[in-house]
Amino acid sequence: MSATIVDPGTAPPRPPAAHARRDGVRARRRRVLVWIATHALAVALALMFLAPVVFIGLTALMTDQQALTSDLWPHSWNWDNFAVVFEKSMLLRWAANTLLYAVLGTVFTVVSSVPVAYALAKFRFRGRRLAFLLVITAMMLPPQVIAVPIYLVWARLGLTDSLWPLILPMLFGDAFSIFLLRQFLITIPRDYTDAAKVDGCSDFTTLVRVILPMARPAIAAVALFQFFYCWNDYYGPLLYAGVEQDHLTLSLGLATFKAFHSVQWNLTMAATLLVTAPVIIVFFFAQRVFIEGVTLTGVKG
Amino acid sequence: MAALADVWRRREGLRALVWLSPWIAGVSIFFVYPLLSTVYFSFHRYDMYTLEFAGLDNYRYLFEDPRVLTSAKNTLWLVLIMVPATVLCSLALAQLVVRLKAGVGLFRTIFYLPSLVPLAAGTITFVFLMNPATGPWNQFLALFGVRGPDWFGDPAWSKPSLTLLSLWSCGQLVVIFMAALLDVPRHLYEAAAIDGAGPWRQFRSVTLPAIAPVLMFSLVTNVIYALQYFTQAMIASRVASGETDSPGSSFSPGYPDESLLTLPQWLFQVGFRDYSMGYACVLALLLFATSMIFTLILLRQFRRAEEAS
Repeated sequence: MSATIVDPGTAPPRPPAAHARRDGVRARRRRVLVWIATHALAVALALMFLAPVVFIGLTALMTDQQALTSDLWPHSWNWDNFAVVFEKSMLLRWAANTLLYAVLGTVFTVVSSVPVAYALAKFRFRGRRLAFLLVITAMMLPPQVIAVPIYLVWARLGLTDSLWPLILPMLFGDAFSIFLLRQFLITIPRDYTDAAKVDGCSDFTTLVRVILPMARPAIAAVALFQFFYCWNDYYGPLLYAGVEQDHLTLSLGLATFKAFHSVQWNLTMAATLLVTAPVIIVFFFAQRVFIEGVTLTGVKG
Repeated sequence: MAALADVWRRREGLRALVWLSPWIAGVSIFFVYPLLSTVYFSFHRYDMYTLEFAGLDNYRYLFEDPRVLTSAKNTLWLVLIMVPATVLCSLALAQLVVRLKAGVGLFRTIFYLPSLVPLAAGTITFVFLMNPATGPWNQFLALFGVRGPDWFGDPAWSKPSLTLLSLWSCGQLVVIFMAALLDVPRHLYEAAAIDGAGPWRQFRSVTLPAIAPVLMFSLVTNVIYALQYFTQAMIASRVASGETDSPGSSFSPGYPDESLLTLPQWLFQVGFRDYSMGYACVLALLLFATSMIFTLILLRQFRRAEEAS
């Protein structure tokens, strides 16, 4: 841009047209070089981001002995390592436990968080700032802070050694989900809800008929986030799931699996791959929802 | 009856209260009550069977416990080095992807994917990759004549190793920053270019002010997550030390040499392995106070962003 503007006072002796043309060529050459440089850098970084997954895959296919050497390429492709993981661990049982935790947790969270976010975003009342403050505080509170008394309560109820202490609280709304939904709902103009009120809608029918259809992307994002939070959670199950192998979740199971098979990196990597694969598959089907959800968390609107 | 319905229609606060009541119940049961009990237990010796009053003993022990200082130092390291490194690298990566002309979607996907890998799986993978004898990472470094250290076995390198893990899984932040960068109005850059601003000047005078709220928000949230740092440190310690967690056996938290001992880790060990619930509650209150300070900073930032929009 600036190159084409020639100040008459400092104009070069050459005819401006030729100068501009040469500048144009130079600018284009520079643009091509920048294009190549940025894309090369991006490709190099992308390869570094993909490399760990490639090495997991390669190691997962090695023999026990080879996995202990510094070889990077498998001598023989031992596909039955995956079968051995199923034999030597309760992977399917762990997956079932994790699925129960994630599905119930997600359903409970969405059902309980939507009304709260709706009230926080669309009702005018004294103390709504305080309520929102409470949501943010709860969101930022490290789970370890209140772990001891809550653990003691569940222990007294005889519910430790199960995932229920993690699932049941989600019936009362999850702070992060409420926050995210509230951020989305305040962007819906009041005109919509006011118009619904004029048409005689109650709060409930306004929520169902007006808000929910518009908030579908945000709800989908919250559901996915919550599902993955539960799926990947390690701290919660570590506290409550107990030590029995058939009570573990995938994250917990994977960590103990490594401990039991400490020298068998090939099996550990095969197990790691099996735990990671469902997440990746779901991502490829729900990519847009994920990106939308992450964008929403960037405090916009 | 009609009067009641009228009150219901006109009093928005009353209706809001009804909508919020399940959540208020939840906050009371799972937030207010445990917080108050934590304060109560912090004045007691409690091993889940006998409860006896201890006065300020637990608080006094806080100052004698060398682990508290160790974990505070480790957390400070995370806050001062890991968090800025992760945020800055995410911003640089987002800046790069936004500038690309080809394959933006593909690159965004590739950089985002690792952040979806379960933390347990990611941590185990990194301990494997960075194994000094057999891992590919040191072999890669050897290509450049660099002798890689014993990453997860050397107390000087265990936190940098986990920082690399955190950089690998920074995809969420990259996507957030990409969205913020794409929101900066184009014409501001054009105006800056006409005024003769180079790329660095454009970044400082146009990009940075425009994305400042998002940048600040992610910085503070990441600091708060650093205070809660648990899963990666716990699994890295466990897997790298080769210890098994058979019931009752206490493993060395923070292996190697307590370099990965964070306050949440120490709290877990004290409360749920050694069953010193009272002292664990004092540690919890310490964690709570620290988190609250950062949450208040975050809130102020947040209010400013909300007023600006």
